[in-house]
Amino acid sequence: MAGEGEKKAVLEMVQADGADEGCVTFVLHDEDHTLGNSLRYMIMKNADVEFCGYTITHPSESKINFRIQTRGGIPAAEPLRRGLNELSDVCQHVLNTFQRPLSFSL
Amino acid sequence: MAARMENVEEIRNRVILGEFGVTNVHTTDFPGNYPGYDDTWNVEKFQKNFRIDVVHLDENSMEFDMVGIDAAIANAFRRILLAEVPTMATEKVFIYSNTSIVQDEVLAHRLGLIPIKADPRLFEYRNTGEESAEEEGSEIDTIQLQLKIKCSRNPRASKDSSDPRELYLNHMVYSKDIKWVPIGNQADVFADCCIGPVHDDILIAQLRPGQELDIVMHCVKGIGKDHAKFSPVATASYRLLPEITLLEVVEGEKAERLKQCFSRGVIDLEDINGTKVAKVVNSRLDTCSREVLRHSDLKNVVKLGRVRDHFICTFMCSCYKTPCKLTDKNANIPFTVA
Repeated sequence: MAGEGEKKAVLEMVQADGADEGCVTFVLHDEDHTLGNSLRYMIMKNADVEFCGYTITHPSESKINFRIQTRGGIPAAEPLRRGLNELSDVCQHVLNTFQRPLSFSL
Repeated sequence: MAARMENVEEIRNRVILGEFGVTNVHTTDFPGNYPGYDDTWNVEKFQKNFRIDVVHLDENSMEFDMVGIDAAIANAFRRILLAEVPTMATEKVFIYSNTSIVQDEVLAHRLGLIPIKADPRLFEYRNTGEESAEEEGSEIDTIQLQLKIKCSRNPRASKDSSDPRELYLNHMVYSKDIKWVPIGNQADVFADCCIGPVHDDILIAQLRPGQELDIVMHCVKGIGKDHAKFSPVATASYRLLPEITLLEVVEGEKAERLKQCFSRGVIDLEDINGTKVAKVVNSRLDTCSREVLRHSDLKNVVKLGRVRDHFICTFMCSCYKTPCKLTDKNANIPFTVA
């Protein structure tokens, strides 16, 4: 996910000096409400997360600032990773549920 | 609006349509908001509650119900369907001759919007990096179409006729006049599926005798985010399931007026002991116009709401793919995104 060498970065982490690992703002490039809102919902469903929100910095730029604050000292990257995996599982389940009735009717 | 015990279920599950506003709109069932409820994400609970019911399916449109999912994810699916499912559409138009009264750029714009019947999964995206190779489209990423038509006078028309359909030949250029020109090995690969416009009767331009069009088009794969011509759906929309509750028994003439306030088929009058009593039969048909709230004697009789996690999704597609294939593609895209 994080950018390497010659590829353009798609994810950056911005953290204030002195803040602990639990309060981080991630900058996701080339994303909009499609990923932002659904990921925010999945991460908010995590009991360890104290705050989760996203904002589109300017409508002409396709990047979002995604902020996560955790309670209990858990590093913020962990709910992010878990939220992405859970979102991926939800989509897979929706696809499976969708294909079942169609395979009967066609 | 404090959350009293009786209210809690309603606040969690229903959007209430009031006379002057809409309440309980946002999803609030996050962990910690309601004491006594465990709202942490639970995969088993989601999989148990989630279901999809296909209501209507034909080759152009589809209506299905998604129950047990949140608005954020349903909206993500809708946005992906509109903007990120790829299709083939005309991108480069080479105009060798255009003597019609439609300007070159207007004609090119119209040709770009014509939906093309070709499965985009069998094609690659065109590599936009090298500008030097822009003329050459290879067989794996380009479809070549040709439109070559000339309007002439009909020699067999009668002398005093004024009907253009009789007087001229080829004076209306339709999309059925667009022909596919296979390049490379496309003739073998796509031998069974005919590539061309989806609809035959799209009017492109009108000609008069002596005017002609000689155009070659290159179609490439793209997504709706880049240009709306690549969007595979005519529209993709959803609405929440309406819920109408009658708070008291309504009979007689009042029931008759109540029935008129809703869309046809929502409220039916039952005959009980000689009087007509109103009963909610099918709230799904209601369009939620809230007309009943305009009548002072009827507005306290009824509670209007919507079920927050029941989405009635409708989409009409304008491209080659049948609606079910679209949603397959659609649900796969979040994987690449996530």
